[in-house]
Amino acid sequence: MFKIVSKRELAPNITEMLVEAPRVAASARPGQFVIVRVDEEGERIPLTICDYDREGGTVTIVTQSVGISSAKINALNEGDAFLDFAGPLGRPTDLMDLTDEELRRTKVLFVAGGVGTAPVYPQAKWLHEKGVRADVIIGARTKDLFTYVDEMRRVADVYLATDDGSAGYHGLVTGLIKDLIDNQGKRYDRCVVIGPMIMMKFAAQTTKEYNLPTMVSLNALMVDGTGMCGACRVSVGGETKFTCVDGPEFDGHKVDFDEAMRRQAMYRKSPKTDPATHHCECQGHELNLTK
Amino acid sequence: MAKKIGTPRTPVREQDPAVRAGNFEEVCLGYDAVEARQEAERCLNCKVPRCQGQCPVHVDIPGFIAALAEGDVAKAADVIGRDSSLPSVCGRVCPQESQCEGACVLGVKFEPVAIGKLERYVGDWAIAHASERAVECAPRNGKRVAVVGSGPAGLACASDLARLGYEVKIFEALHKVGGVLVYGIPEFRLPKDRIVAQEVEAVRRLGVEIETDVVVGRTMTVDDLLDREGYDAVFVGSGAGLPRFMGIEGENLNGVFSANEFLTRANLMHAYRDESDTPIYAGRKAVIVGGGNVAMDAVRTAKRLGAEAVIVYRRSEAELPARVEEVHHAKQEGIEFRMLTNPVRVLGDENGWVRGLECVEMELGEPDASGRRSPIVKDGSNFEIDCDVVIMALGTSPNPLIKSTTEGLETNRRGCIVADEDGRTSRPGVFAGGDAVTGAATVILAMGAGRKAARAIHDYLSPSSDK
Repeated sequence: MFKIVSKRELAPNITEMLVEAPRVAASARPGQFVIVRVDEEGERIPLTICDYDREGGTVTIVTQSVGISSAKINALNEGDAFLDFAGPLGRPTDLMDLTDEELRRTKVLFVAGGVGTAPVYPQAKWLHEKGVRADVIIGARTKDLFTYVDEMRRVADVYLATDDGSAGYHGLVTGLIKDLIDNQGKRYDRCVVIGPMIMMKFAAQTTKEYNLPTMVSLNALMVDGTGMCGACRVSVGGETKFTCVDGPEFDGHKVDFDEAMRRQAMYRKSPKTDPATHHCECQGHELNLTK
Repeated sequence: MAKKIGTPRTPVREQDPAVRAGNFEEVCLGYDAVEARQEAERCLNCKVPRCQGQCPVHVDIPGFIAALAEGDVAKAADVIGRDSSLPSVCGRVCPQESQCEGACVLGVKFEPVAIGKLERYVGDWAIAHASERAVECAPRNGKRVAVVGSGPAGLACASDLARLGYEVKIFEALHKVGGVLVYGIPEFRLPKDRIVAQEVEAVRRLGVEIETDVVVGRTMTVDDLLDREGYDAVFVGSGAGLPRFMGIEGENLNGVFSANEFLTRANLMHAYRDESDTPIYAGRKAVIVGGGNVAMDAVRTAKRLGAEAVIVYRRSEAELPARVEEVHHAKQEGIEFRMLTNPVRVLGDENGWVRGLECVEMELGEPDASGRRSPIVKDGSNFEIDCDVVIMALGTSPNPLIKSTTEGLETNRRGCIVADEDGRTSRPGVFAGGDAVTGAATVILAMGAGRKAARAIHDYLSPSSDK
């Protein structure tokens, strides 16, 4: 059993939990995920790691309730426990392949949307610890839905975007990417986008216009999360990859997002379905992009 | 002792095919005490037991059957227990027709002794009487061994080492113990709570500890186990979990699954039950590609979920690699078999869901490297099978996770860990066996490899001790 040490609500239906999982905390790296299970009948749910404390032996996860399984997670309280908490799974972000010297010469732009903000945090924090300050765009429909802004500000330069203009840039994250590069003289060497699939698709399209190398963190459907089932397969540059072991981060300019979104909806017909995975797509903000 | 050599094999009771095709209860009901004894009496107790020679773990088959014929089931259980920790499992899933029963002398003129069904009877008896039975282990020798994976190889290796006095801990990646026994083989063939969990419990009674949710290669590496956790040796029995696909057009359409995904949802996650939160989709008509045991398991699971279920296999029925009993049961349950048929393309509808499978007809040519006649495409024979689900059961490869995180661990071009006959790998102190070494094979071969590795680990850690 993996005890929930603390729980707080970040925004309506979005909660953060610190979970006692010393083995995971000891080996977690930015970009990786865990698979959790609440009870005997529960699904195996992949959740991106949002922070970890090696000494304290805890791992932080953020979940938005959108279906049966995510609601079950968010119904747990401090002192309760997850039945299973396995990880860290997947490959760490490829920023970790760079040497400290290379990192110092690299300007990174993170683009976060919805519950994708929290998983950006460990990456920005890791860079910060290396003495590298990144820019982070956080998008939301309206300012009340922002999460992790204060945490992020401590480790990076933050730029906000809201659909309704209630905070920061008035518009979508794609508009803010362009604004930073075109009007504010920003130059980036790498971009990492984490958020709802549709937002990652359009953000990657935007960075492609600037030839800005971009990684996206895919939230595919999974069962085991260790390479066994292939439910999470995704086409990247025409090749089939397994999100759980080859990812979760892939070259955003090569991912077949339309296929990925179609596959993500595979079980939506099922009465048991829960679209909640790493970071779900229920922010109206991103859906505007398709209108 | 006068034997009635011509006595027919004792039939085994089974669930009615029409009933069982709609439930997940076990198909074969097994022998009762009278039936078991009657069948045991058919054994000729050969001087040179060919059956035993064909058993990968060399169970003393005439020995346990003789005990059974005398009515001493406890003794029969002890005899099997010397060589196998999973008799209830093996009695159910071993390919007896090509091993012990295939070698039975009676089979030359009559029907072989139902060795598998007898083993199952003894195993189930041992489960029912577990609390009364003594556990024999050598005193602890102070040495510690880590076992990676709780499938048949790991369980067998751990059992033997625990009996020899080692402190053994198994690390399992999934939330349930048993590996392929819990995620791969369906409930209707191998009951999970009643059988698998009980045989795992028997391994625990030997003093073996099991920790789930530890993905070796991610949570910890093999080197962490040796250096940080202080184990004296590691046995890798991580199986062959990586599914293969055909690489044909349309394979990523919605409704195309690997057999691993489909079966894991059903078996590990119990998705066929309403109470389970995990969804599963078998569609209106499911086509399963492949002819092995996994294909049979998938097609029969699809049928039980209410789909019309079809097997498509590129060779002929004679080459089906599945156990004869599974093919027989599948046919009884109304599974359609389309032999000499190979898919070339999955067809999709406008929403990206499967609407059919384009196949070609095959014919058999010259024997290939495996000795089987190789299938050749009949030109221009393309045709479509209407379906909304396609399940690929084409075999599996070892998971690359351990290979990629263990420096100096040699693997071959198929991704299998290179190990000698006794499980020694290129890394001193690291042993391996089962599907991780051989690629997908059988439960009993994995158990055999686990046992050999246990012996080799004992030699490695206690070289001067008396054995």
